[in-house]
Amino acid sequence: MTLGRRQFLKAGGTCVAGASALALGFTPPKAYAGDSRQYKLLRAKETRNNCTYCSVGCGILMYSLGDGAKNAKPSIFHIEGDPDHPVSRGSLCPKGAGLVDFIHSEGRLLYPEHRAPGSKEWKRITWEEATDRIARLLKEDRDKNFIEKNEKGQTVNRWLSSGMLASSAASNETGLLDFKFARALGMLGLDCQARVCHAPTVSALAPSFGRGAMTNNWVDIKNANVVLVMGGNPAEAHPVGFKWVMEAKIRNGAKVMVVDPRFNRTAAVADFYTPIRAGADAAFMLGVVNYLLTHDKIQHEYVKAYTNAALIVREDYQFEDGLFSGYDADKRIYDKTSWTYERDEQGFAKSDPTLQHPRCVLNLLRKHVERYTPEMVTQLTGTPAKDFEHVCAELARTSAPDQTATFLFALGWTHHTSGAQIIRAGAMVQMLLGNIGMPGGGMNALRGHSNIQGYTDLGLLSLRLPGYMNLPSDKQQDIGTYLKETTPATEVANQVNYWHHTPKFFVSLMKTLWGEHATAANNWGYDWLPKWDRSYDMLAYFDMMYQGKVNGYIAQGFNPLAAMPDKNKTAQALAKLKFLVVIDPLATETGSFWQDEGKYNDVKTEDIQTEVFRLPSSCFAEENGSIVNSGRWLQWHFAGAAPPGEAWQDSRILGTIFTKIRDLYRKEGGACPEQVLNMQWNYRDAEEPLPEEVARECNGFALADLKDDQGRVVVKKGQLLPDFSVMRDDGTTSSFAWIFAGSWTEAGNQMARRDNTDTGLGCTPGWAWAWPANRRILYNRASLDPSGRPWDPKRQILEWDGRRWSGADVPDYPVTAAPGSGISPFIMQPDGVGRLFGCGGMTDGPFPEHYEPTESPLQSNPLHPAVTYNPVARVLTDDRARMGHVKNFPYVATTYSITELFRHWTKHSRLNAIIQPEQFVEIGEKLAGKLNIAAGDRVKVSSARGHIEAKAVVTKRIKTLNVMGHDLDQIGIPCHWGFRGATKKGFLANTLSPAVGDANSQTPEFKAFLVNVEKV
Amino acid sequence: MQSQDIIRRSATNGITPSPQARSHTEEVAKLIDVTLCTGCKGCQVACSEWNDLRDEVGENVGVYDNPADLTPETWTVIRFDEVEDESGKLEWLLRKEGCMHCADPGCLKACPSPGAIVQFANGIVDFQSDQCIGCGYCVAGCPFDVPRISKKDNRAYKCTLCADRVAVGQEPACVKTCPTGAISFGSKADMKQLAANRVEELKGRGHEGAGLYDPAGVGGTHVMYVLTHADKPQMYHRLPADPYISPIVRGWKEWLKPVGALGFVATLAGAFAHYVGVGPNTTEEIEHEEPVLPPSDETTSEERV
Repeated sequence: MTLGRRQFLKAGGTCVAGASALALGFTPPKAYAGDSRQYKLLRAKETRNNCTYCSVGCGILMYSLGDGAKNAKPSIFHIEGDPDHPVSRGSLCPKGAGLVDFIHSEGRLLYPEHRAPGSKEWKRITWEEATDRIARLLKEDRDKNFIEKNEKGQTVNRWLSSGMLASSAASNETGLLDFKFARALGMLGLDCQARVCHAPTVSALAPSFGRGAMTNNWVDIKNANVVLVMGGNPAEAHPVGFKWVMEAKIRNGAKVMVVDPRFNRTAAVADFYTPIRAGADAAFMLGVVNYLLTHDKIQHEYVKAYTNAALIVREDYQFEDGLFSGYDADKRIYDKTSWTYERDEQGFAKSDPTLQHPRCVLNLLRKHVERYTPEMVTQLTGTPAKDFEHVCAELARTSAPDQTATFLFALGWTHHTSGAQIIRAGAMVQMLLGNIGMPGGGMNALRGHSNIQGYTDLGLLSLRLPGYMNLPSDKQQDIGTYLKETTPATEVANQVNYWHHTPKFFVSLMKTLWGEHATAANNWGYDWLPKWDRSYDMLAYFDMMYQGKVNGYIAQGFNPLAAMPDKNKTAQALAKLKFLVVIDPLATETGSFWQDEGKYNDVKTEDIQTEVFRLPSSCFAEENGSIVNSGRWLQWHFAGAAPPGEAWQDSRILGTIFTKIRDLYRKEGGACPEQVLNMQWNYRDAEEPLPEEVARECNGFALADLKDDQGRVVVKKGQLLPDFSVMRDDGTTSSFAWIFAGSWTEAGNQMARRDNTDTGLGCTPGWAWAWPANRRILYNRASLDPSGRPWDPKRQILEWDGRRWSGADVPDYPVTAAPGSGISPFIMQPDGVGRLFGCGGMTDGPFPEHYEPTESPLQSNPLHPAVTYNPVARVLTDDRARMGHVKNFPYVATTYSITELFRHWTKHSRLNAIIQPEQFVEIGEKLAGKLNIAAGDRVKVSSARGHIEAKAVVTKRIKTLNVMGHDLDQIGIPCHWGFRGATKKGFLANTLSPAVGDANSQTPEFKAFLVNVEKV
Repeated sequence: MQSQDIIRRSATNGITPSPQARSHTEEVAKLIDVTLCTGCKGCQVACSEWNDLRDEVGENVGVYDNPADLTPETWTVIRFDEVEDESGKLEWLLRKEGCMHCADPGCLKACPSPGAIVQFANGIVDFQSDQCIGCGYCVAGCPFDVPRISKKDNRAYKCTLCADRVAVGQEPACVKTCPTGAISFGSKADMKQLAANRVEELKGRGHEGAGLYDPAGVGGTHVMYVLTHADKPQMYHRLPADPYISPIVRGWKEWLKPVGALGFVATLAGAFAHYVGVGPNTTEEIEHEEPVLPPSDETTSEERV
């Protein structure tokens, strides 16, 4: 027992003093009965909702003042987790736990405001003034710049000089209205956060398996034997979903491995961590493929039956010196003609089930990856050789039929110029191991925003339509051509090829868009859909804006000044707009891009002639609606309070502006008024559509009695469609998003279901509703061998009862297709199988290849020095001039999210500001020592595009790597702070990142670029 | 929870202690498994949200720890320590710090204000802040350096183990919110069993030093840890290996207080004699609400064990 002298004196002194004080009658007032604080929720109104931040979609309970009585005005004062929710089970991460401070943030917008050109201040205006003026500005610009015909005289009906960003945090019902609003005006400059997030996932997984979504779901992670976390950091970005990784570890003895540039919070509880150079993930994964093939650690029976390993590729397909056959160096695109199978006389792909043919996919793959030796991989990645070997060996053991690995990835894999190909490489590993369709397996894309999955499903991207159909291009002038080109022919006999129903989905969509105006005679209104000549994705559109070619822009629940790469370029682009309309619950940096914030936003306000509107919208807690989590669950939520001040729900803002534009077109005419006026907008109140009516519209209706083959009526006219199987291409059904058909049926709102019964292996088909057809594990027929026996009896999720498939999950397969039928489980694929060879599904190659990031620390790519970078990556001329060189910027930077904050959003929540109050960057101890930087110092981080200042967190968790024989240091840059919000003011971290994008999806390369670091 | 459930009360004599009859209450405990903690700070936010606390928005001082320490308005914090062993293997040790709810609470022992610190039959040690006189003895009495005195109201604050939630059958806010299940709540017996299972699993994974932290020096705690390195708890941001109640506090309880009380009685007797002999005093009464000045920040931080 030790007692310092000082402690003794102090404690002793205070004791004596206290005793004396008491003895002298110096006592506190009468001690009341020691009641604890009263319980504060006893009869408060409880409303169910879902967290608005990430795609785990945790269930929440919101408690508001009053018990629901009409005379009590609800104000939400407490939020906690919903214990019934199958994924979150009552948990909330620090973001979700702090939701109440987002709802009541001081940054909430309370009334419409207007900033006149050149003005230094906001002026409060009425909704009437705001919506009148916006409708007029939009109409004027559309009438002036609408393109009815292109230079070839083809009907294109597009409007390029104004665009819109839709919010992936809004509900599906808002999303449907966003789509109708934008397309009814002919807009192509339409995007949502998916563009800067998980778009490469869709680009990669759809050609691999048939659908672009997370294959399994959050709870299913618990069934894994090995969890590989690479290109993601779920403990930080999806903390509650990560619960199921811990569950796998504790209850299933799973081995958790993390490969990441940083030892992050996921690594803190993993069994194994190894570092990697940011931007070298494709090399790592292709090294794993090589390992599996050279060590013969693949699940042979699965690979043979369920992948295209045995199919034979055309003779003219080639890969040489970093280029695939068909490259056009001038246009920087590939002609993909040779990237396909050799055909027999019926047009089906040729196959060699013995896998001996030199051009069968497996042998081509063997040859393609033989360059990725452990030596090459470890040289490129900086990963220690023994660590790489360890990861390979652990994954390899899941080639056993009764072992599975799950891959968890997110933006660490998408944010690269070859992002989609990194994900393809991961998908190939999982196919070789037989881990797709298996409980506890899968390619689990951990999506970003709470409804980014929904906004992707609803096609809120420049060239997309709902349900993963594409908007027609200029070349598809008639519906026949469009449907022919978008409906795939079956490539292997006897396969489902579900996309052969495309015409039914498309015509049902057209009936939803144009209602009674869509007739067989006018090709269902085909001409009114805007046609595209090129992509108007965010990188392309902001470059147009930068060049002064865009006049108007709407940013709804999106903060592009913070979210886009190269902030200084974005700011200059926004300053060239004539008008900007910001619809948001919060005061964002984008809305204030014209305000001089000193070093944080150094602009000359008076020179900026953009007219800016700031319209206050509701947040998640103030609306009914559905959002789709990463596991494709559509979950319905309820409002717990009214929007604050004069704020309106998004549906009312869009409805009012759209109604005013239509009134103007009715009165005055203008450019292509049919497009605007024929859009079906038949809501009870056109200015304020209700989420419930929009959700039903999204599901779709029978527009006439639908009869089966025998002439029996299966769905009566006017009834909601029970599922997508009843859809017709003759105009007798409507559905906005065919994959959502079944979400609101005659049996009611399926998305609001709350039966959390576990039907086996953590499957809860009675909770909410999942697309497609309420299936919870995609491709689940692949969990059984062709004869119907489960690869692992402990993981039997489907069984054949002699007549039908049934089980814990809904079969992702024709329910009456008997075992041995030869129908392969990847029913969306024209060949029925998982694709190791991606055919023409990707723009940059049927196999993945390692290319260096656009800003690379290496002088050239050691695999093929002549082709260092992805030859078809998105690099625009303006941006090429803004690239830096390793001589001046010697460190590799990577940006990311940390647990406490969600993008640039939660900094408005005081509770979250408290726990991560100030901008910082992470620097390894060795580099910090070299640069004389101590923890807590202010440092300046600069790239060719600008600089930021931040506090330095000096850490053992980032190590100097050895890459191609040289030391390489990496800098970690969390992307959260800005010049608005409850935290200390900071720089927008995307000042540093380059505006270059993935070849397939144009998603920016936020994860690997070059910087310099100095002590300030 | 109500006053009838209080089994111990600060500065209360032993002749008529708190009601003892309701002895059939189950002792509760919170088990923090550091091997599952990702340091997400969900517990910090849920704690502040439930308890209506809003600390200052501070600054980054070069580490993840924010706020940098417990404060009167932050009752739990995650401690982050990066530790490398001889082989260079890195561990990021994350520990949720807060009140340990000792079975034998040093704070309660030290507190001179009747009823300002109570212990409920279920084991929760709660500060009844309206009774607090701000003397800071609880700070001196706590072997874990947990209570913090507010500069705003000169009263001491700390985790209540969500006594208000537990009283109606719910788990504490931090326990409910914990995404990875690193924090569990239940009867103390169940938590010890759960801990034993976890320790066994960890030993199976090769963590020989794994064990339960339920220190005997304070009679055991109602907040316990599963540690990978239970043999070296100091690794976890100076978690004391063998916490004990300061001998001065014990002294105050065990002999100084009776002496003080004797003095008090003597003074009273003297006063009575004076009244009988001389008549009532006419001076003003001492304003007994006036708090004693709190110790400065500097001295409280010296108290770390």
